[in-house]
Formats: sequence, structure tokens, C-alpha cells
Amino acid sequence: MMKALARRVAEERILPVRAELDAKEEFPTNIMKDLADADMFRVFVPPEYEGLGGGCLGLCLVVEELSRVCSGVAVSYAASALGSYTLLEYGTEEQKRKYLPDIAAGKKLAAFALTESTAGSDASAIKTTAEKVEGGYLLNGTKQFITNGGEAGIYTIIALTDKSKGARGASAFLVEKGTPGFTFGKKEHKMGIRASATRELVFRNCLVPEENLLGKAGMGFILTMRLLDRSRPGIGAQALGIAQGALEAAIDYTRQRVQFGHPLISLPVVQDMLADMAINIEAARALVYAAARMVDSDARSFTEESAMAKVFASDMAMKVTTDAVQVCGGAGYMMDYPLEKMMRDAKITQIYEGSNQVLRNAIAIELRKRKGRTE
Amino acid sequence: MGLRIDTNKCVGCGVCARTCPFDQITIFKDKARIGEGCTLCGACVDSCGYKAITLEETTAPAANTDGSRGVWVFAEQHEGRCRSVVYELLAKGRELADTLKTELAAVCFGHNVADVASLITHGADKVYLVDSPELAGNQEDLYTRQLADLIAQHRPEIVLAGATALGRAFIPRVAAILKTGLTADCTGLEIDTTRRLLLQTRPTFGGNVMATIICESRRPQMSTVRPRVFRQRPPEASRQGQIIKVDFNRERITAKTKLLSFVTDLTQSVKIEESDIIVAGGRGLGKAENFKLLEELAGLLGAAVGSSRPPVDEGWLPYSHQVGQTGKTVCPKLYIACGISGAVQHLAGMQTSEVIVAINDDPNAPIFEVATYGIVGDLFQVVPLLIEKLKQK
Amino acid sequence: MNIAVCLKQVPGITKVNIDPATNTLIRQGIKNIINPLDAYALEEGVRLKERYGGRVTAISMGPPQAEEALREALALGADESVLLSDASFAGADTWATAYTLSRGILKIGQCDIVICGRQTLDGDTGQVGPELAEMLGLPFVAYVSKIEEIASGLIRAQRLVEDGHEVVETPLPAVITVVKEINTPRLPSLRGLARAKSAPIATWRAADIGAAKELTGLVGSATRVVKIFYPQRTSKAELFQGGLEEKVTQLASRLKEMGLI
Repeated sequence: MMKALARRVAEERILPVRAELDAKEEFPTNIMKDLADADMFRVFVPPEYEGLGGGCLGLCLVVEELSRVCSGVAVSYAASALGSYTLLEYGTEEQKRKYLPDIAAGKKLAAFALTESTAGSDASAIKTTAEKVEGGYLLNGTKQFITNGGEAGIYTIIALTDKSKGARGASAFLVEKGTPGFTFGKKEHKMGIRASATRELVFRNCLVPEENLLGKAGMGFILTMRLLDRSRPGIGAQALGIAQGALEAAIDYTRQRVQFGHPLISLPVVQDMLADMAINIEAARALVYAAARMVDSDARSFTEESAMAKVFASDMAMKVTTDAVQVCGGAGYMMDYPLEKMMRDAKITQIYEGSNQVLRNAIAIELRKRKGRTE
Repeated sequence: MGLRIDTNKCVGCGVCARTCPFDQITIFKDKARIGEGCTLCGACVDSCGYKAITLEETTAPAANTDGSRGVWVFAEQHEGRCRSVVYELLAKGRELADTLKTELAAVCFGHNVADVASLITHGADKVYLVDSPELAGNQEDLYTRQLADLIAQHRPEIVLAGATALGRAFIPRVAAILKTGLTADCTGLEIDTTRRLLLQTRPTFGGNVMATIICESRRPQMSTVRPRVFRQRPPEASRQGQIIKVDFNRERITAKTKLLSFVTDLTQSVKIEESDIIVAGGRGLGKAENFKLLEELAGLLGAAVGSSRPPVDEGWLPYSHQVGQTGKTVCPKLYIACGISGAVQHLAGMQTSEVIVAINDDPNAPIFEVATYGIVGDLFQVVPLLIEKLKQK
Repeated sequence: MNIAVCLKQVPGITKVNIDPATNTLIRQGIKNIINPLDAYALEEGVRLKERYGGRVTAISMGPPQAEEALREALALGADESVLLSDASFAGADTWATAYTLSRGILKIGQCDIVICGRQTLDGDTGQVGPELAEMLGLPFVAYVSKIEEIASGLIRAQRLVEDGHEVVETPLPAVITVVKEINTPRLPSLRGLARAKSAPIATWRAADIGAAKELTGLVGSATRVVKIFYPQRTSKAELFQGGLEEKVTQLASRLKEMGLI
């Protein structure tokens, strides 16, 4: 039901405008409203807070369908989930009741902000500080490359509360748009997912009230790791959707395009490529949804599986979209056809929420630890 | 009653399943099965090569013998002038009346209608005229009852009316009151002389499927016809006929709906349905501003500008320009379709044009199947060049 | 306000394909949908409910599978859905359909407004609305493109005519048909779909609505279809060849020869 409705929203509301949104780098405000009206934001919020409790699996189903048509729109939706997860897992009752209903209704979008100019893969190198003062915390610093920056109403910010404590030196805060001292920097011009708004967040003596601390002070990096474990299948789903859309577009084209007296799809070299694309998509699908189910089943640990799903799906999507453009030849390269956009969109899935290199390292470390334990 | 499959004759070939426009036939264990949504249209009966399907009726409606006679045409007027569709229907009505060896009458409601005599010169033997100031404004409630009364009194066998905004709104109401059959948007009208029946052909499924319909046992047989489907004939000045004035029976009729105001949205001086040449644009134009190019071409040709549905849906120009199934039907001498793919719904509105020129960069566009002449090319190159050439001459 | 919306389930043939070999409609993969214009009617009914309060009842005459369309209507905001279904209703023309619907609407009870779509995708006659109005003895307004206001038992609306639009006023209860210019139908919401999934949909047979059998279905129809055929399409366009200059020159001369320009 979720999947079918998400597909309808995608085909009826997103498909007609995706090329324009991409060309103009325009944020899909109207589509966010359509998603809200269709109750899509309720999917990742539990019923106690006016959600529908679809969990990670539900989120992935929706994200896949939306990405199949436009991942720029899909990530704007998914980032709201990303921005809510920390609140969902570690928020107090008051915090949840204050913010979740609006997020579930789609009235406000959420965003998550960790990355800075000095801290990408090396999250511990962040420099934004949160100084404990009378009434709360004073935030100072700049976040970079934040999805939904400027559009979201609620932000989860990771900032240093005690530099000397190293890995336990950061904390997570809920900051509302419009808080004095919180402004936005430039909007980035991106290669892909151009409908999504990516901005800097600038904090200059921004006072965040005491009650907006998420979890306990010093938990910042730990919350982040747990958050990303939960959200990575969603990126996998995004990559999966892009690849699915690319495969379908490639099949449509190669059925119609006639060269050497035959439709392209009847040529063995093209069939091989399409078959490989389809095989890899199915494999990614199995991995992503297995990981999503693990997340929902509250398994003790799903770090590896979640990372694997993201790595495999994103690498696969990059290859599938590249091959899709290739198989469509010159037409695939032209902006009249959606293939080139899908290829540009796919790239980011290999980079954000943990670059695939960092994730491979992390998986290797887990492997080593495990091997170490059984000996 | 209903559709029967003779399972002895049925071989499960599936041709009937493919023919059913309503997707109601499935093949199960090598035999055809009819679903509950069967509308008894009978399309499958003819398609079966094994004669395994029969359409049965427990009560075959008897052909009507109640003695209704005469063909009527409703002469819709607007501000005192009869609409051109009326003359098209008179031409057709004359043909039908001659075949049936009966009279043709026009029925006209209004006030101080100028063209009453022309109804006779265009073929009517009689005109029933109801003249009253209250009828000037096409008040549907009044028209409905008045026409129903006249028909009940005089009992014509056939009544034709234009499928205009007025016709489509009030003629069904008349049919409902008279408990008789009405067929809308007919593109073909013929007589089955053996049974004295009107055979009404009309498009369904947006024009993809044609249906022939009859109204066997009720009278009158009523049809609405779109403007420009049939052709007018020149008037015969010497034709004689009777104009019968009928009093407007005000006491029996109440009008409930009040007209408060009328807002015109004519953005062009030439009305498309009256223009001899139409330059039309479709989705291929890309945006509202690009219609200026077509306006320039139209200006040079003295033509009206038309549109398929997508530009109107996008808001590039008003609905009054829309040609097609949910827009206007036109039949100009020349129709130039630019950037129009030729979806069936659009063709339904213009395919009877005398000469159709299609300009489209897609050689497989369906518009080329109805066009007389075509250029496969970029309209943004072809049209300016055509404009240039026209200016040169 | 008690609002009744009439809808019909039709084959979703919006993009039509003809199989060139058999010259018949290709219907594989075509699912049944709510008639598009009825979706606009339903949306308007729901908007009236949101504006003025009340209830929306969706009603349809059709085979049992039409229940899907009525369920979708519930997901789109209808409070209740009713299916009029009986073997004796099959083969109905517009008159018999309007008669059957009128009996169903009378059973629903006091309706303030009955909303229909302008025409259906398959039959596209646009006749059921006006015929229904006459049978219910109610005033009728066709082609409503905007409902301006409902107050003091009157409805003031804009309706489309050939060259523009009229503003009319009529007392309620009334029957109206709407055109697509009137609104943009919403998509169902997940909660709406969940509610609709398990909601009961009443099915009324001829006896339930007091419909006289001789006035319904094929027997009650004044008209019937005697032939169905697929119009032949033959490709006969003369395509001008050559470069751009040549093609346009040829076109211009040909049109000049014919005295068209």
C-alpha cells in the first residue's frame, strides 16, 4: 500500500517536473506538501507520535519508489527521516511530543548536521562548539553540505561540548530554524540531486535552550554512529530506486531504437549488459531489505549489514546508471532523456552518509574483530 | 438473457477476449468465460470465427408501431441568430426525411429570432416557433419542458439537436421526461428502411471504438450531433414552408436556475469554429510565449489559432481554443497542426478538416495518419521559414 | 450538507493503443479506474464537506468489481460508499442507468447536492447527469467549473460555455456536473487507504432500492448497441522530402495551388 501510493505520487506529481527541478535546482516544496497530504512523512514516525510506524522497511519502500523517478526529491524526503532518527531514539518524551507530530504531518522538515569543512569522513575533526552557559548552550561554528539546509524547520546538530574528552566530547542538539544566531550560508550547486537543497548552517553565538540537548552530553558521536547504522539502508534504497529507474528507461529505449535493422535490445551485447544490470539490482534489493528488516527487528547489531547494503547498492547504482547511459548511446547523453540525470544523481550515494571507502574500512575492522574473537 | 458461450463450439482461441472493449472475457481451461461487467454490446459475437457466442434476449423489443412520424431539428439560437450547426442538421434531416418520406420540421425557441425564414430555405417544411422574451436567454429549465411538451403533442419519430453546451445540457433532460433514447455526439445517421429505424453511429473510448446504436421501441429517436460533423447545403430561396407560432405556456413551467452574468474569454477576433483556416499548436510548442509564432502565421493566413488539450491544461491559452473530444469540433478548409502528436482525443475534433497539414519532429506521430501533407521537422524552424515564404509572395 | 457523488468504474484507457494486426484495442495491463471526471466530482464533494461540513456518500452502479472504485473513493475522503449491483442492471443505457442511480439516491435519503462528472471515458455521452436530475425532479447545472458559494439554500456557480463562462444561481437540492477545470483531485493518504481497506461497502440490489425491473438494465434501456467496429486508419499523408528549405517551399506551393493561401 505504501509502495503503491509512493509510486503514484512519484509518477503523477514528480515525473512531470523532475527535469525542470533538476535544471533550475529548485526545491520541490509542492511535492513535499503532496507527500505530507498522502501521509508519507508518517511512515517513519511511531504511532504514539501520530505516525504510522512503518519503520526502516517502510521508509526504504517509499524512498525506493520516489528515487525511481527523482532522487533529488527522494533525498529531501529521506533527509527528514535522517534528521528525526536521533530524536526518535534518544529524545525525551517532551522533546518527542514537541517535534515529532509536526514532522509526521510533514508540516516541518528535519535535517541532520555533522559535516564541516574540516570534518567529512573524519567526523571527530569537527570544530563547532557548544559552550555550556546560563540557560543552555552557545553554538558557534559552521556546518557544511547539509541536506535540507534552509528548508528544514528542525535540525539535529552535533557540536563539541568538551574537546578534551575526544570521542566523548560531542553532544547532539535540536535547533529550530529562526533561532537567533542561526543563519544559512550559500546554497551549493551540485552535480546531481539538484532538486535537493544543500546549504551551510552558520552558528554565531546561537543560544540553544537546555532542554534541547538530545540524550546525554558527550553522547554526540555515539548517537551519530547509531543514527547512521539505521539510516544507511535508506541510502541503499535510494541507490536502488535510481538504478531501477535507469534500467526501465534503458529497456524502453533499447526496445524502440532500431540499428542494423534490429531493435537494440535484440543484440546480445546489449542483452548481456541489461541482464547484468537487472541481476545486480535484485541482489542490492535483497541486501537493502534484509538490512532494513534487521534494523526493524531491533537486532543487537546491524552495523555491518547496514553498511554493506549501502556500499553494494551505491556502487551498483553507479555502474548501472553508467551502463544505462552507454546502452542508450548518444541519446543517453542528452538532457532530453532522463538517463544522464540518473547517472549524475547516483554518484552521491557512494559518497555521503559514510563514503564507501570509510565503510569498507569499518567492515574490515569488524571482520578482523570477529575473527579475533573466535580464535 | 444475456451472452452465451456454446462450449461445444468454443475452442478457446481468445479472439473474443481481445475484442471485448470492456475486458470482460477470460479464457479458462480452454473455454471463454464472460465476466459480470459485460455490457451486452455484442462486439465478441461477430469476432468469433466458430460462431460460439450468441446474444440472447428473452424479450425482443418490438419495432415501434405507434405511428410517430416526422423528423425534427432543434434550431438553437443565440441572441436572435440560429447557430450554424442547425443548418448542418437541417441538411442531414432533409436527407433522412426524404428517405422516410416524411416531413422535416425545425423547432425554435427565442425572442425576435431573425433567421426563422432561413430554416425553411435550408430544408424545413415547417417551423414551430415559440417566441417569448423569457426564452431569449436559452433558459434550460424553460426549454426542457417546452420541447418535451411539443414533442408529446406532435410525436415526431426523430429529433436532432446540436451537441452544443446548451444541447448537451437540456436535450438529455427532455429524453428523460419522455422516457426515450438519446444518443450523443453522433457522427453518422442513417435509416434502416425495413424497420424504419434510425441507425446512430458514434465514437466511444475517445474515438477508438465506434458503436452503432438504435432506439427500437421508444419514440422519438433522439440524437445530438457535434457542430461541423455534417455539412450545410446552400439554401434554396424558392422553398416554401409553414411557420407555426406556438404560445409559450408559462403557467406550467418554472425556471429554477437564474443566470447572473456571462464572462467571455474570447482572446482572439476569429472564432475557431467559424474559421476557414486554423493554425493549431500542441505540447511541442513548449511554452506559452511560443504561441506567438503561431499567431504570426495565423495573422498572415487570416486564420484562427487552435490548440490540443495539453497547452490548455498548462494554461498557455484559454479553453475556447481547445480542439478535440473535450473541446471543439472543427472542420475548416485547412488545419495546420504544429507540434501536435495526434492523440485520438484531438483527432476526434479535427479529422474531418478538408486539408490537414502536420508539422512534427516525430515521424511516427499519429497525426501523420490523418494528415494530407506533412513535414517531419522542427516546428521552430519550419514555421518561421513558412512565414518568410508567405511574406515574400 | 449531505453530498452524493456518482461515480463509474471504467477501463483506464487514457493512452490508447491499437493492435495493428487485428485493429483492436490493446487492453493488456489496463486496470480499472475511477472515471477521471468522477474523481473531480468526488474531490469537489469532499472540498464542499471541508468547507461547509456534512457527509459525502459515493454511489456507483456496476458489477461487483466496481467495489474497488468505491473503496478508492473512501480513501479519497468519502464517508460512505454504496454499490448498486444486480444482474438485472447489466446492459443499461444512460436512461436506465440514470433511473437506477435515482432510486439509489432516493434510498440514501435527503441529499442537498448530487455531483457527477461531465462524462465518462468509455461512453462519453455526458447524459446521465441531466437525466438523473430530471428523474429526481431537481434543478440541474452542467459544466460547473467553480462553486463560488453555497448560502441560504442557494448555490452560485460558474459554468463553462462555448465562449467563456456563465455565473448561475440555483436553489438546493440540485444536481450538477463538473469539468476538470474545477479542481485538482488529491491523492489518497495512507490513513485513508487503511480505513478504506476494511470499511464495509453496502451493496444494494434492485429490490433494496425499489427499482422496477422493466426500467433497469438492457430491458429498461431505450437504446442498445447493435454494432461495434474499430475505425480504419490508413496512412496517407504526403510527406515532403528534402532539406528544410525544399520541404517548406513545396508545402507553400501546394497550398497556393489549392487556393488555400
